[in-house]
Amino acid sequence: MMRLQENPGVWEHRGKVAVTGIGHSPTSRRWDGDPEHSVGGWTIVAIKKALDDAGVAPEEVDGLVISDSTTTGAFWPADKPLPEDFVARFEQTGDPMDGFGKLSVEWILKNMPELKNVKYVMTVPMCISFVMAAAFQAVGDGKTGTCVAVKGWHNFEGRYGAGGANSLPTDAGGGKFGAFSLVGSPVYPTAMQFQRYFHKYGGTHEMLAPFIVNSRANGLLMPEGFFAQHRPEPLTAEDYNTARWIAKPANLLDNDMPIQAAAAYVISTAERAQDMAQKPVYVLGHAGSGRTMGDMILPVKWRGSVESLEQAEACAAANARKIYESAAITASDLSFENTYDGFCMFHVFHLEGLGYAGLKRGEALEFFKTDISRDGPNPVSPSGGNIGSGRTRWWGFTDTIQQIQGRAGARQIKKPAEIAITGGMMPFSSIFSVLSATPG
Amino acid sequence: MTRRSPIPNDLDKPFLDACNEDRLIVQYCSACDQFQFPPEASCNGCDSADNFAWREVSGRGTIYSYGVVYDTPIASLHEDLPFNAVVIDIDDCPGINMMTYLPGTPVDEVPIGAQVDVIFVPTAATGQKVPEWQVIR
Repeated sequence: MMRLQENPGVWEHRGKVAVTGIGHSPTSRRWDGDPEHSVGGWTIVAIKKALDDAGVAPEEVDGLVISDSTTTGAFWPADKPLPEDFVARFEQTGDPMDGFGKLSVEWILKNMPELKNVKYVMTVPMCISFVMAAAFQAVGDGKTGTCVAVKGWHNFEGRYGAGGANSLPTDAGGGKFGAFSLVGSPVYPTAMQFQRYFHKYGGTHEMLAPFIVNSRANGLLMPEGFFAQHRPEPLTAEDYNTARWIAKPANLLDNDMPIQAAAAYVISTAERAQDMAQKPVYVLGHAGSGRTMGDMILPVKWRGSVESLEQAEACAAANARKIYESAAITASDLSFENTYDGFCMFHVFHLEGLGYAGLKRGEALEFFKTDISRDGPNPVSPSGGNIGSGRTRWWGFTDTIQQIQGRAGARQIKKPAEIAITGGMMPFSSIFSVLSATPG
Repeated sequence: MTRRSPIPNDLDKPFLDACNEDRLIVQYCSACDQFQFPPEASCNGCDSADNFAWREVSGRGTIYSYGVVYDTPIASLHEDLPFNAVVIDIDDCPGINMMTYLPGTPVDEVPIGAQVDVIFVPTAATGQKVPEWQVIR
């Protein structure tokens, strides 16, 4: 189902699958204690909005693809009872955390009985990029004709990674020789790769500032996003350059901010999409890097304790080869791009790997000095990405769909929005999708 | 640095036992002619354990890159913030890197490309030794 191998060939369903409706819940920095704002509650909101947006009745939906993991890294304490009002508000499954600290198809269907004709369900690990690709494939394969793809995030109080094994003076974990055990900061491997990048190609951390500033500016024009809703202040280069270090050369603003939110998308056959309320956005292909093990999608295996810059670059280049082949396009066909950015430095790897705007390795920082805005010739992340709207990994999908439909509002790029790439996550574990205004 | 004491498991016990003897050993697959680290049950290249064995290596290496850590959820490291976290390419093992805090080198003065040599340092909680690297002066 996931096209992770080299030489994947042109996607067999190229142009025959379409996205139409988009639905977002509100956002919050953390769960505020209101059962309606739980990850389950907000997933219901997102699904209803997506169906309304597409003009699709709930009983027309016959497929549901979700990610069951909803944690930003924060977990509900095992010895803390679930809030009684949450338990009373929603139909429960056998798992008491369902709808609260995780999400199952069963929970959604129990609490949305109006989705009474769902016949195909699939649970996908982790990321919206994987969820969307799985839904595209399922529709293309004829397993579902009108499918909802959904992803939710919960963000409880507390710092992720604090406590538990990290509070002990011993380390019995499986990764005891790698960065997560010896450093703990998730951004460290990418920061270390970027230190090598500066050593190899030249450049400085400050040269990322135009990208960060552009992303936040675009994010503030994303009404569905966290910063537009809660912190609508522009970000300056000085803000970026003076932010505290987390793992130098990565500072606080190179890290995306966890939030609580949910999003849903309506995916259908291209034929079915013709009757929907929004203009169809056609899927030309999907592909990426990683390996599957049972139901899991795992990163590419590499030798050594930490992935090197060269390995990241090789994976980014492989991603480009695969997605371009899958979609039967070249870099010059891209009107814009909305690849993953949380950590922001991933975006450099993706841009250079894709050869976006003719970029080669080591050229992205100089490229950021040019006009990368939504009004320029080479729009970079018009969604604003996670940097611009908080950690969800879905802003690229929402923006790419809206740009191609011509309803991105103040974010609408000046040049025609015809073909674009979106998705992620990091180079060695990713699925990208190419979306288009025409079926090809 | 107050590094946590690794608790050996079946996979990494040979490696950690060797550290206690001031020796650095790395898994090697003779079929693929490649080293592998961290320890795994089978070779990443051929997915087999048939030609997998531990090999002692010199431990000399080259500084590949680093970061300076200012924030970590690992409690035992809090008092040492900020600190260097350095990646070493192991000279005898092409494609293999390992991590060190690079004792003896001031924070953020890590010389990428410099030659380093391994030392074995006891950890606080159990006394289990772990490899660290120092710049060869």
